[in-house]
This record gives sequence, C-alpha cells and structure tokens, in this order.
Amino acid sequence: MKKLKFFSAPYLVWMIVFIVVPLLMVAYFAVTNDSGELTINNISDVGQYANIFVRSIWLALIATAVCLVLAYPVAYSLSRMEKHKQGTMLLIVMLPMWMNFLLRTYAWMTLLGNNGIINRVLGFVGLGPFKMINTSGAVVLGMVYNYLPFMILPLYSVMEKIDKSVIEAASDLGCNSRGVIFRVIVPLSLPGITSGITMVFVPAISTFIISRMLGGGSNLLIGDLIEMQFLGNAYNPHLGAAISLVLMVIILVIMTIMNQFSPDDQVLI
Amino acid sequence: MKVTGKGRLKKYIALLLAFAAALGTLTSCGSSESGGDTEDQEGYVQTLTVEDEEYYTRFKGKNVSINVYNWGEYICAGEEEGTLDVITEFEDLTGIKVNYTNFATNEELYAKLKGGGAEYDVIIPSDYMISRMIKEKMIKPLNYENIPNFKYIMKEFRNLEYDPENAYSVPYTWGTVGIIYDASVIDIPEEEIDWDILWNEDYADQILMFDNPRDAFAISEIMLGYSLNTEDESELVAAAELLKKQKNIVQGYVMDEVFDKMGAGEALIAPYYAGDALMILEDNDSLNFVVPKSGTNLFVDAMCIPASSKKQEAAEMFINFMCEPDIAYANIDYICYSTPHQKAYDMLDEETQNDPVRYPSDEAKQNMEVFVNLSDETNLLMQSLWTDMKSAEDENTNRWIMPLFLVLCLLTIILVLVRRHIKRKKDIF
Repeated sequence: MKKLKFFSAPYLVWMIVFIVVPLLMVAYFAVTNDSGELTINNISDVGQYANIFVRSIWLALIATAVCLVLAYPVAYSLSRMEKHKQGTMLLIVMLPMWMNFLLRTYAWMTLLGNNGIINRVLGFVGLGPFKMINTSGAVVLGMVYNYLPFMILPLYSVMEKIDKSVIEAASDLGCNSRGVIFRVIVPLSLPGITSGITMVFVPAISTFIISRMLGGGSNLLIGDLIEMQFLGNAYNPHLGAAISLVLMVIILVIMTIMNQFSPDDQVLI
Repeated sequence: MKVTGKGRLKKYIALLLAFAAALGTLTSCGSSESGGDTEDQEGYVQTLTVEDEEYYTRFKGKNVSINVYNWGEYICAGEEEGTLDVITEFEDLTGIKVNYTNFATNEELYAKLKGGGAEYDVIIPSDYMISRMIKEKMIKPLNYENIPNFKYIMKEFRNLEYDPENAYSVPYTWGTVGIIYDASVIDIPEEEIDWDILWNEDYADQILMFDNPRDAFAISEIMLGYSLNTEDESELVAAAELLKKQKNIVQGYVMDEVFDKMGAGEALIAPYYAGDALMILEDNDSLNFVVPKSGTNLFVDAMCIPASSKKQEAAEMFINFMCEPDIAYANIDYICYSTPHQKAYDMLDEETQNDPVRYPSDEAKQNMEVFVNLSDETNLLMQSLWTDMKSAEDENTNRWIMPLFLVLCLLTIILVLVRRHIKRKKDIF
C-alpha cells in the first residue's frame, strides 16, 4: 500500500500545483478587485448574464440528451457484437476524434452554410434553402457531433461487462423484451449513463469555439463570455473568474443530482 | 491584422492559408494585384543593402538573442522566390539570434505581458493598445540615436494621438477599415456605398459584422457622427442601440471567418480591414472593397520595446533594421497593408501607390480617425453594452426557455426524491 502511495506522488504534486492552486486562484480572483480588496461585486455582476447561463445550460442539456438517445442503442449493439468485430466498430466510433476538434467544427460551417453542401443538395430536389448555420440548432449539432464518442465509450465499457446470461435469465423467467431493457440493462448500465452524461455535459456547457463558429457570434455561451473577459477589450479577469466560479458551482450541483441515480457505492461526489 | 477580438482561430486559418500557399495559390499582394504583368517581377530578386553597415556589427560574436513577438503572417519570410527572408537577413548581418513568435490579438499580447513571465524585446501592437501600454508603463521610451532610420517614417505617421511625442513606438504598417461587398448582386455604384448599407434590410441575413466591440462600435459611431474615441456614456448607449437594431439582419458576428464566408459567397456584405480584404478579393472576382467616404478608422501597428526587456539596444537595432528601405519594402510587399515608410512607398509600383484603398488621398484621410485607448470605465461599459447586445434574444424564445428550464430542474429533483423514497421502502424488507 505504501509503495502505491509513493507511485502516485508525482500526480499528487501535479494535482496540487496545477489543479488545486489554480482553483484557489480563480476563487481568489472572483472575490477581489484590482487593488486586491475583498468584494462581492464580481459575483453579483454575474447575475446580469443570467440569460447566457440559462441558454448554455439549456443547449448543453439538449446536446447531452440527444447524445444519450443516439449513443445508447449504438453502445448496446456494440457490446453484444462478437469480440473481434467490436474492435473494428470501436475504431470507427473513435475515428472522428483523430481529426482536430477545430477542423471538425469548421467542416460543419461549410456543410450548413446558406450556399453550403446540404442546402445545395436540397436545392437540386427543389427544397430550401434552409437557414441552418448561425442558429442554436447548429450549436447543438456541433456539440452532439463533437462529444458523441464521449457518450458512447463509457456506455459501451459498462455494457460490455453485462453478462449475457443475466439477460437470458431475465427472458427465461418471463420478462418481455421491454422488461429486459428497462429492468435489467438500463439499471445495470446506470454508471455508464451518469459518467457519459458528465463527460458530454461538462465540456458542452463551457465550450466557446462551437458557438462562435456555428452560432455566428450571436449565440453567446458562458465559454464565450469568459473568453471575452480574458482576451476581450475589457480585460476583466475578476469578472471572468467570478463567471467561472459560478459555472463550477452549477456543474457541481448538476453532478450531485446526477449521482443520485447511480448505485451508492459508485457516487463520484 | 489589427484586431481586438481575434481568437485562436487565426492560427488555424493561417494554417489553412499556409496550405493554400503551398499549393501556390497565395501570392504576395504586390505582384498579384498588378494582375497580368507579373512577368517582369518573376526574374526579380531583391537584395539587401544597408546604409550603415558598421552600425549593425556591434553585437557580432557576442552571442546575443532577442525575442520578437509579432502578428501571424506579418513579416516577409522569403517563401516566395526573390523575396527577402527578413529574420535570416538580420541574423546574418548582426549576429543577433532572433526568437520569433506570433500572437493573434492585441489582447493576447496584453494578457501575456501583463501576466509576466514572458520576456519580449520587440512587440508590434496596434495604436490603442500602445496608448494603453504607455499609460500602464508596460513599454519603455526608445533611444532614437539607435534608430537613425526613423527619418524615413512619413511625417504624418509621427506623433499620432496614441503616442503624442512618438517616444515609444516606430510605425510599422497602417491601414483602414472598409466594406467588402458582392458587386455582382449589390447594384449600387461604388461611390454611393456607405456604412448604412450594413443596416439595409434588403440584404437581411447577408450581412456580416465585426465580432469585437471596438470595431463594431466604431462603425455605429461614424454613422451617428460621434468620435471613435468617445467616452460619453449616452453616445455609447446610442451606438449600442444602433447595433442592436442591426442585429436582426446580421447573419453572423465574425472575424477571420470573413475570409471563408465572403470568399465562398456565403454573405454579401462585410466590414473588414483593408489589407485582409484585398487578400479576400483575390479569391473572388465578384467582390469589391470600398472605404466609405463618411469616414473610417485608420489603424497603425507600431514596433515597441516592453519595459521588461533587458536588451534594449539590440531590440532597437532590430527596429532600425525593419526600417531599412529594402526590408520595409519586402515586408509591405508581402503583407497587404500600407506602409508609413517613405522610401518603401517610393519603391512600390505606381498602381499600388495610387490605389485608393491602400493609400487613400489626403482628402479621404481627413475623415479617418485613429483609435486611442479608452478609460477603464469606458472599456467596461462598452464591453457590457456589447455583451448585452449580443446576448439579447428574440422575445418569444426568451419566454419559454426560462420556465422550461425551471420545470426540468423541478422534475429532476422530484425524480430524485421519488427514487430515494422507493429505495428506502425497499430497504425495509
């Protein structure tokens, strides 16, 4: 046991220096002003951006829900495949992630544009053109596309461990297929669902480049707001830190709610 | 490249452009602008002659290195045949090693310097950022004895408002902001195009707008006849109102995305910086660029030395080198901006010299105003007005998002409670 502790020392040091200390600094910045005095003004100022928070949470929630709906059947059928096929299929799921995140989003810009590929194809059939880019729908699409693998992978790794005999037993004991899904598979895959939701929701809520590229700059999200405080004209790191802090608290609350669903021994927070 | 809100995107766009350059489609603006008569340029090889070679030898063999921090794609790197590789030429001449790095926005530069840790000897910020840095004592006065080539800088670019005594900065490039539009669709004579076209509802959803408050406010301030450096709260609020009015017909708020969107015909009208606009025009023949008569922003990027630099003399040598006529010409020929350097200007071909976009007449310049730094309060006000404008939503969407969100939260909590209740009941047995 002692030896194990020794091996984790490098990461512990890393964690303290690059995670704990910066977090404390964010908190410190959030409650001080330029001259270093304590103030709650920054945090109260965050209130005026309530609608941006609501929109970010809302869009992230939709994206997470869509990811879950799309990923669940995929992950299930993946986990029931023959072992050697699973590897290939997983590779296909992972494939888009090999491409640079920015480039993937950038590609959607060309696809969704008013003269984009989709509208042009629809034009041939006599439909459209539809306004797709620069809408919140496009932002959600970007989130779903970019974060879908983060939903599939945890779901798959949990489902893979569900023994086939459990499902067979349920059927043998007179459970219909709906019952098998909702009373056996879903409860057993709950840890995968919660970690999948975490892994999609958290990056989705704080993204900024997706909203900028696909939202046309008029669908501001929290990430854009924070970026504006640090790299924008006003340069207000105190407000930026306060926004980040509020965002962290919101994520913490949502994660706590989420964890109510997983079995007690696997609660993260 | 004078930008307030350019994101990381710039680097990636630069990467894409680099690809394009590799394919040979990207040419320096000087040669491609003159269209067909590139033959006489083909065999042309630029050589470097400096006036006072003696001056450049004082650091030879002393193993000195300086850190230069510049905009991306903002120096002639000799990629095209016959052009000078400025950095290498400098290293060869002086024996000073140059560590050359790029930034994408003035704010990025500011944040890096402000945060400390980074050590730079030469930086090239824009006007308003220079005045801000002077105010915050982030850059130091230059010793002009070491920069004799300052004599080439045109009188009109000396002692500008952002650096009234010209003690801190040596102008590198300048440019204006104008409107790029698709002349094949927009049937308005060039002379009649003014900023109000960005508010014209006939082109709803075909208009792009700056994605940074300073440039966007500047346009609406020109429309309203205010100074671009106004600190008057009611004027700023009025400018924001005007921008809010425009929001309904704006397709998107963009910076470097303009390159793709205008190039691909995604939008019809966009305001942008002259130098970049000329690059876009090369890709799409139906596009045109005008600098509106009613006035615009004239921006200057200038070379400065951060207060933290420990190698002022070597840095000044670099600045002086950048002002060598041959070097200044090579740079301006590569980047499509305008030069404040008299000799470099004289070396340009006549067509470029008379180009009203790159070198507007004195008369046109009367209406142009240079940015200076605004007070902290004004900056904050502008930022919050900007955020308000951008985050304001259509009434009908705003009405259901909030309640739905609350309902969803409530539902989740109820579900949690119900689940716990059931669980507790089960545990009894």
